[in-house]
Amino acid sequence: MSVVSSYTPRRGRNVELVLLIAAVAIVLLAYVNVGVATSESMPPGTMALAGGYLAMAVGFHLVLRWRASYADPLMLPIITLLNGLGLVMIHRIDLANGTSISDGVALRQLMWTGVAVVIAAAVLVVLRDHRVLRRYTYLAGVVGFVLLLLPLMPVIGTSIYGARIWIRIGSMSFQPGEIAKIALAIFFAGYLVQTRDALSVAGRKVLGLTLPRARDLGPILIAWLASLAVLVFERDLGSSLLFFGLFVAMLYVATERVSWIAIGLTLFGAGAYVAYLMFGHVQTRVLLWLDTFSPEALEASDQLAKGLMGMAAGGMFGTGLGRGRPDLTYFAESDFIIPSFGEEIGLVGLFALLMLYVLLVQRGLRTSLGTRDGFGKLLAAGLSFSLALQCFVVVGGVTRVIPLTGLTMPFLSSGGSSLLANWTLVAILLRISDHARRPMPEVNVPHEVGQAHTEVVRMP
Amino acid sequence: MNAPVRRLSIVVAILFASLLVSTTLIQYVFAADLNARPDNRRTLLSTYARERGSILVGQTAVASSVPVDDQFKFQREYSNGELYAHVTGSYSFYGASGGLEQAENAYLSGSSDKLFYRRVSDLFTGRRPQGATLETTLDPAVQRAAAKAMTGIRGAAVALDPKTGAILAMVSQPTFDPNDLAGHDLSALDENYEKLNTDPQRPLVNRSINGDLYPPGSIFKVVTAAAALSTGEYTEDSMLPGPAVLELPGTTASLPNMFPGACGDNDQVSFTRAMAISCNTAFAAVGMDIGADALRAQAEKFGFGDSLSVPMRATPSTIPAELNMPQLAQSSIGQFDVRVTPLQMAMVAAGVANDGAVMKPYLVQSVIGSDLSVIETTDPQELSQAVTPDVAAQLTRMMEAVVTDGSGTRAQIDGVAVAGKSGTAQHGEGRKPHAWFISFAPADDPQIAVAVIAEDGGVTGSEIGGGRVAAPIARQMMEARLK
Repeated sequence: MSVVSSYTPRRGRNVELVLLIAAVAIVLLAYVNVGVATSESMPPGTMALAGGYLAMAVGFHLVLRWRASYADPLMLPIITLLNGLGLVMIHRIDLANGTSISDGVALRQLMWTGVAVVIAAAVLVVLRDHRVLRRYTYLAGVVGFVLLLLPLMPVIGTSIYGARIWIRIGSMSFQPGEIAKIALAIFFAGYLVQTRDALSVAGRKVLGLTLPRARDLGPILIAWLASLAVLVFERDLGSSLLFFGLFVAMLYVATERVSWIAIGLTLFGAGAYVAYLMFGHVQTRVLLWLDTFSPEALEASDQLAKGLMGMAAGGMFGTGLGRGRPDLTYFAESDFIIPSFGEEIGLVGLFALLMLYVLLVQRGLRTSLGTRDGFGKLLAAGLSFSLALQCFVVVGGVTRVIPLTGLTMPFLSSGGSSLLANWTLVAILLRISDHARRPMPEVNVPHEVGQAHTEVVRMP
Repeated sequence: MNAPVRRLSIVVAILFASLLVSTTLIQYVFAADLNARPDNRRTLLSTYARERGSILVGQTAVASSVPVDDQFKFQREYSNGELYAHVTGSYSFYGASGGLEQAENAYLSGSSDKLFYRRVSDLFTGRRPQGATLETTLDPAVQRAAAKAMTGIRGAAVALDPKTGAILAMVSQPTFDPNDLAGHDLSALDENYEKLNTDPQRPLVNRSINGDLYPPGSIFKVVTAAAALSTGEYTEDSMLPGPAVLELPGTTASLPNMFPGACGDNDQVSFTRAMAISCNTAFAAVGMDIGADALRAQAEKFGFGDSLSVPMRATPSTIPAELNMPQLAQSSIGQFDVRVTPLQMAMVAAGVANDGAVMKPYLVQSVIGSDLSVIETTDPQELSQAVTPDVAAQLTRMMEAVVTDGSGTRAQIDGVAVAGKSGTAQHGEGRKPHAWFISFAPADDPQIAVAVIAEDGGVTGSEIGGGRVAAPIARQMMEARLK
């Protein structure tokens, strides 16, 4: 017997609005900081930009009030802040590179932010219930794998700086892996909800670990082969690690069997090792990772070394926004945006940034815990974990925890596809959280039912 | 499914914790190492952006940082660049190179630990951090006189204050213009450096302290005489054998004088006269008499074998460890494998001048902070007592004889007693010998000690090179100081 106490659930929309204003204020402060540091004057159009950015965020906030009034109130302020800080840093690197606002990367990023916000809002409006997505499980699977492997197609696939994770159609280039992340999470969630019972049937016991049955190994092997294909042919350890990690994590959540994690790690480790033995580009990556400052490594690429020196230059408190030299590192505004932040806002600032991600992921996982349906639970856990894993792969890559990969930092790095995908990802999380936090509809059952007087009818 | 989600959040926590650790390692624990890497351009650029301290000669800044409107914020400028090139060195995009710029980089750039509290206070007062200024010991008059006298001559000249060891002049010819190596135009910088570095005359080398070591030739006879007088068995009046040619024991080789004939009547010559006319045979005989150990010990007392930082590192002068008799005879007159820097020979002259006490040479008188407070000042320091005051007095009189009535008459100054010694050092068959002169003045109250070398400036087979080419340079330097 559980005791159901009646309470008024807090929607938190007002809290969200206050936090949003605070987030935009911080972004504004950072922007002014950069302007003052680089030209010793207030940057032009400050108020217009801040107003526009605030309008965008508040617009999204209003959509939440309208269509998902119980959604988590922390997620939107967090991604608004991250996206805004990313914009400021990209603008700051534009300035260092001498590009004007009109043809800088920052303006394009701002434009993409607008597109991403609109699309994310549209997702919230159109997708009234996340469970609808379950209907498209296999379609999402096909789309996901196609997107993932699309860059390998001869005409549209493009190799940029060694990693073949781009497609190019006309003048548009796109990183389909970012969208694939969402599609695959939907696919895994739908598929695993269906098959979790079969997949959790116990097989033989080895070394105290209950292994699944051999016939159930099919899906993990397919995911493994696909991730190895990404690693070998797209030369991208990051995407490979992200997708396989996502699959294994969701498999574990669905089946509650640790053995899947063990099998997954073993498979990935073995695959990565074989790839290391067989492919020169993997070896170079590993050399750069383990021995960044050796002459051979520096000859291959001094990018990582430069990023590290940038971070070291920042030290504990950073040089201050606009006062460092993040532009000395290549890709300072995309793959290496974390070292750029490390240099200018210091270790303290970097910790704060990482904590924002932790908070975001934690809200996502909290959503997963609160969701009542298995599909929503799996999807929320998968999307949140993919965010966490991506942060780990990117930051770990530039700080030598793992080999460097070509992934972008969600919300911070420049890149339209990444922004689109991550805003949409958070929109789906918001939709699920709305369900999770929305009170159960009151079922109007007269409480006297059980206590109603019974009449004993005397039988004749 | 909630339990595995909770566990997943622990995995997430571990992932992020590892990132907190890795960023801490980079930005805090190993930050200093990374910042100190020579290929770290950020460090270089930030030292550029800080106003570097000046280098002063007298009250004039010979190296200073001038604000410019580019990413480096400051441009290093050298007024009178060629005159002080080897003292200042240069400071460019690639960092400090040579001279005080390199040797005292920590002070000039302001990164020295001794400036730590100043930097902290700058942080709080909002004052722009600045490097410290160096006040040199150079006497611009002596420096200028030396450079002028050495125009067109390849070689070096060093002048010391014998009583303190302060370096009054440091000239190395040919020289270069450090402004050529201080620009912000990378390709011009590379081109200028390449040109100077491949120049066969090697203008970038500071010949006075760390060029190739030179054979000292006859000026080393001062050391030999010091060793002999210190044994107590010789005085300035001792009579020495001075034949035209000295037969060397255990070999068929012989050692002749640089001039025809014997050094005196009956092949006998007084010690003073032998010094004055630079009699090879007499000094070779004395050297063989006192032995290699005594000679080497005397040389070391004058500073041979010491690694000195003035603060630029000076190459130690050397005397061979093992000497047989013929080699000892050769070494006694500054040939064979005795090798010296001009600074070392100036120290020999200064040691004799200063009653036998050799002072440690130094170039920086004081370090001055940006608020004009004195951060550090150099106190004269005795390196060693090379000879007793009595021996020093005898050596002084012997060296005076060189100038009044010997091979160094061209170093004479009206009304001033000058002590000196000429030298002509052979350095290879068929090449003109180096011309040397060391001296100090006034002999009774020495204000300046000088060593001058003119490479290939001598006359083959003659002792007159040192006296004719190098002595006038030394004289002009001494005159500039005494005026």
